[in-house]
Amino acid sequence: MDVLWESADPLSVREVSGLLTDRELAHTTVMTVLDRLAKKGFARRERNGRAWHYRAAESREAYVTELMLSALDQTGDRQAALARFARSVSGTEAQALLRALGALGGAARG
Amino acid sequence: MPASVLILAAIAIGCIPAASILAAASWPRRSPAAAILLWQALGLGWGLAAIGALVGFGAAGQGAAVASSAVRQLASFAGTGTSPPVADLTEAVRMLCLAAGIALLGVLCWILLAASASVLRARQRQRELLNLLAHGDPKVPGALVVDHPAATAYCLPGLRSAIVISAGTLELLDADELAAVLAHERAHLRERHDLVLLPFLALLRAFRWAEVARQAYQAVELLVEMHADDLALRQRPARELATALLRVGAAGGGGVPSGALGAAHREQECEVAARVIRLLRPAPGLSNAALAIIIAASAVVAAVPAVLLVLPLR
Repeated sequence: MDVLWESADPLSVREVSGLLTDRELAHTTVMTVLDRLAKKGFARRERNGRAWHYRAAESREAYVTELMLSALDQTGDRQAALARFARSVSGTEAQALLRALGALGGAARG
Repeated sequence: MPASVLILAAIAIGCIPAASILAAASWPRRSPAAAILLWQALGLGWGLAAIGALVGFGAAGQGAAVASSAVRQLASFAGTGTSPPVADLTEAVRMLCLAAGIALLGVLCWILLAASASVLRARQRQRELLNLLAHGDPKVPGALVVDHPAATAYCLPGLRSAIVISAGTLELLDADELAAVLAHERAHLRERHDLVLLPFLALLRAFRWAEVARQAYQAVELLVEMHADDLALRQRPARELATALLRVGAAGGGGVPSGALGAAHREQECEVAARVIRLLRPAPGLSNAALAIIIAASAVVAAVPAVLLVLPLR
């Protein structure tokens, strides 16, 4: 997937294999992985001559944002899908927390 | 009307003010695990009692236990054809109650299934995205790291569970605080706190208009966090967890469009503060006698409606 993200143009299976130089992967393995990515909607494929060409459906940043938004969403049912460590708080509350943190630090040193 | 139906109705109605009182009480913070048990019993007891009271009234006069008489009543309606004779007003009210009871049973089951399905879907999407985006980091062994500046840490429960830490959190916290965060999240996963919350989420979805459903969900959510805090304290000192909470709480949401963090904010604001105060100035846990009373009360609240449903009582 990283290869697809880094490339501006759609890549064929052979080109992806070529760019994955650090790993010795069979052509069919790469093909299977790309096919699976396409089925899940992470990659788009288009026919170019005889071969399929693949490109990332969305940028890496877009996926990171989606992941984080669903993790930070405090309203919906997503809350139950995952358990967050600490809910974030608004401005004034955050300042109060930071003051408390400062007081804690002082107590530790004193 | 049979006594069992009256008792069931009393329990169903009584559970609602009891939930409000429990949500406002301060003792649950001293023993979150016991309080969670009482909440579960209250939820289950209410469901059984409400269904039992409606169905039982609808089927009254058929004798025997509520459950079996309801089945008999249904059979007699079915036996008389698609349009049973509505002899008088009482009979009509009874049929309505019977229908309402069965509808309530259906709605509760359906909502629970729907909530489970949507939760599983959201988790599946998270897992797919994490597969593509996350990487490990020696600072947080066993956890997945996502490169994002916002400070957040969460766990993804399930058979293939995961703990996710953002790069922002890695930068914000020192090694001890990170260990405390991991201990807290592992406690969530080990105790399957997601399964504790699921029925209350379902209740909230079914009765969005009901203040008490919201109170119950929020109370259980906070208790689950406090319980995980307690379990984390067995491995890590309270200070680390408290400072980690303060730092993540104060920094959370940085770099994320503010529109995404929304409505639930105002009501929840004191949650982090409440947990920190509890960590730093721990109130003594409840006495064994008090715990025994809570466990006994939980057993009674859940068991009485269940027994009344199956035992004949006139």
